[in-house]
Order: sequence, then C-alpha cells, then structure tokens
Amino acid sequence: MAGIEKYRSIIDFTLSSLLRRKGKNSALLFVYTLVVFLLASLMLYTQALRREAAAVLADAPELVVQRIMAGRHDLIPVDYSEKIREIRGVRSVRARLWGYYYDPLFGANYTLMVPEQFTWEPGSVAVGNGLTRSSMAAKDNIMPFYDHTGTLVTFTVAEVLPPSTEMVSADLVLMGTDDFRTLFGVPQGMATDLVVEVANPVEVPTIAGKIVKLLPDTRPISRDEILRTYDAVFNWRSGIMLAVLCGALLSFFIFAWDKATGLSAEERKEIGILKAVGWDTGDVLVMKFGEGAIISLTAFLVGGTLAYGHVFFTSAALFGPVLKGWSVLYPSFRLVPHVDFGQLAVLFFLVVVPYTVATIVPAWRAATVDPDSVMRG
Amino acid sequence: MTVRKSTVFIAFVAAELLVLIAIVVHAFIVGGRESRLAEQRAMVKRLSLTDLALFTDARYTRHPSMADLHSPFQDYPLSFEHFPSGSLMAPPPHVRTYGRH
Repeated sequence: MAGIEKYRSIIDFTLSSLLRRKGKNSALLFVYTLVVFLLASLMLYTQALRREAAAVLADAPELVVQRIMAGRHDLIPVDYSEKIREIRGVRSVRARLWGYYYDPLFGANYTLMVPEQFTWEPGSVAVGNGLTRSSMAAKDNIMPFYDHTGTLVTFTVAEVLPPSTEMVSADLVLMGTDDFRTLFGVPQGMATDLVVEVANPVEVPTIAGKIVKLLPDTRPISRDEILRTYDAVFNWRSGIMLAVLCGALLSFFIFAWDKATGLSAEERKEIGILKAVGWDTGDVLVMKFGEGAIISLTAFLVGGTLAYGHVFFTSAALFGPVLKGWSVLYPSFRLVPHVDFGQLAVLFFLVVVPYTVATIVPAWRAATVDPDSVMRG
Repeated sequence: MTVRKSTVFIAFVAAELLVLIAIVVHAFIVGGRESRLAEQRAMVKRLSLTDLALFTDARYTRHPSMADLHSPFQDYPLSFEHFPSGSLMAPPPHVRTYGRH
C-alpha cells in the first residue's frame, strides 16, 4: 500500500508540475492529440476501405479479358469468346458492354452498363442512387443523353438502385443491349470486354497465360489482381495523404523532440530542488516518465476515440473533400466499423513510446548531477 | 475535502479505457450484423462489377483495376497527372508489372 501511495503522490506532484506550465503543456497536448487523431483516422479509414473492398469484390469476375490496341483498352470482338471457350477449364465466357458518359448538363461522369438480364422495357434505365443527388434522376423521370451522332435521346428511369449499394453503384446507369449500342455506336459483334468463368480457381493464372498465347492482343485481369488493386490503392503507406501528413508529422516530431529532450532552466531547477530535499534519482525519473506518459497517453486515448467517431459516425467528413477530388458524383456510404488491434498497437508504439522515452534521457542527465550545480545553472 | 489530482487523472484514464472497450464492442456488434456488405456483394455478382465507385472523375480512377498502363498519361507520356484522386491512390500492382512476364 505504501508503494502505491508513493506513486500516487508522484502522480499528484507530476500533474501539479504540468499544470504550473499550463499554456505550454496544453498547446503540446492539443497538437499531440490532433496528430494522433489524423494518423488514427487515416489508419482506420484506409483499413476499413480495404476490408470493405475485399468483402464486396469477393464475387467480382474471376477473369476479365480486355483487348489492348496501341497501348489502349479497345473494343473486343465477341468472336474471341469462342476461342477462349475452347480452352480446357473454361466454364463460360460472356461479353460485357459498358462505358463512360460525361453528362455536360451536370458535369458528372456516369458508368453505363448492360446487365446480363435487363428486365425493363427498351428506352428505360436503372440508375444508381448517386445520380439522384447530382442530377435530377428519379423514378419515372426522363434522362436525356446525347448519342454518338450528337442527337438527344431520352430514357425513362425505371428504377433507382438501393442506396445501401452506393459504394459500387453510385454512378451506374443500367440499360438494354440495343439502347447501349445505339447510344455509343458500338457495332454488333463487338463488346467492351469478356468475363470468363473458370471451373477451378487454382487454374486461373494458367488459363490467363493460355489466353494471352492464343490471343496476343488481349490482357486478362484476374479477380486476385482486382482485389490486390484495392489492397494497394488504400495502403496507408501510399498516396499523397501520407505525403501531406509526413510534413505535419515531421514538424510535430521536431517540436515534441525539442520539448521532451531539452529541459528548460526552470525544469532543471525543479529537479535540483527535488534532489536537494531528498528525492532520489529513481523518483525524479519516475516523475519525468510520468509527465511524458500522461501527455502521450492522454493524446493517444482522446485522439484515438475521436478518430473512431470521425471515421465511422461522420463517414470521415474531414477527408471527404480530399477524397472527392474532382468527382461530381460521389457515393454516400458509411463504413462498417472495425478495430484492428495490430494497427492500434502500431499507433501506440509510434506515438506514445518514443515521446515517453525521449523525456527520460535529459531528466536522467539532470538528476545524476550535483543538485547544487543544477540549481546554480 | 479536495479531490486529489491523481484520483481525477486515474478516473479519466479509466473512463477513456471504458470508451475504448465500448468502441471495440460497437465495432464487433455493428460490424457483425452489417447486411449492406451482402447486398453490395450480390450486386457485384449480378452485374459482374470490378471496382468501387469511389472516384468518378477519371476512368482510371473509377476502374483502377481495369486501367491500362498508359491511361494516367493519356495525353502524352510525360503529361502531368491532373486528377486529384489519381495522386491519392497508388497504381495497381498488376498495371506496374504489366508486360514484364
């Protein structure tokens, strides 16, 4: 009990000492919390996006075959599907028709697509929920499009896709095959790409290799590559966000390092007095360790909690403007809450441990010299 | 009687730890019963979708996994990236290694 009481007294003293330099320590705590908040938000956000992408795209096509002409993605002859179908292990091949349409009226890009089964009348479209916000698309409304000859064609909105699927469907416009071909002038016998289903998923790389050998102007993209794309795209180590954060982090580290490693004259005097009144070096070190721990632990706990709220309750509102870029059409979605203990541990060791340890060294230097010389400066 | 500063601090840390535990429980419960994921997954399967509709400004940001090697530099090989979202995301690994095997 006496031991606990001793450490509680040291905490009391440490808190009083911190409160004596209220302004300086509050500023440090504020910046520290902000840095933890930003870092934790970024970590939680990218991790949640990666998890969501992996879960949602788990049923993406096993193999997509594109045709490349002069270094660009080009229309693929539907005949290619016959040749691919002959490869052993291929279960089915289906032509996909899809493309982009820039709506000059609302300045938004749409992804136009022909589903395998389009159940509505010709001249109808089904639109993603994102379109209802950025354009005037609503059920039974008319949507105008300019076809490839510049003629205005109107479609009736037969359905608005569920808002819960916005992350994959915000900008989708689904229409029938004939409407799509008329709108873009895609000739019969041509498609955007081919979707290949493989009997045994283990054979996908072998079949992809065979396709390239058989049709050298094609480029197969496997589901595995699609999934790895999102793993790489939202890797928190990549992208400009970290580049921007790096500047802020470095300036914070310099600030914190300077604060933690260099003791002010007042602090040195305080240590001298404590030694003179009977504190031993160990007690002084515990007090200084406590100072660092109190500040960094508070910043970690508060910053981490705020980051969770920011990412999962406000849908990362602060990152929104950065992520939206120039997109007029942006999905409104809420990420599925998830806490990765490994990442929390990384964050803890990144922000709490270095600062706490950095406060010990100068305190140890000041605490091991003669109190008289420390007090005299 | 004045409350000791250490008591206030320990109470604060305990409260924060409770909040952290609540966060973990919230993530576990809400994350576990999320039906949205199943709906989205079904739509991906039904429409053979390949990408998330996150960045709709350029075709290589709307469908990064379908982008070809040259699409970020579609005007000429040394053209600057002019879509902000193109700077936010790293190029897909299979685009970087395309043609090397």
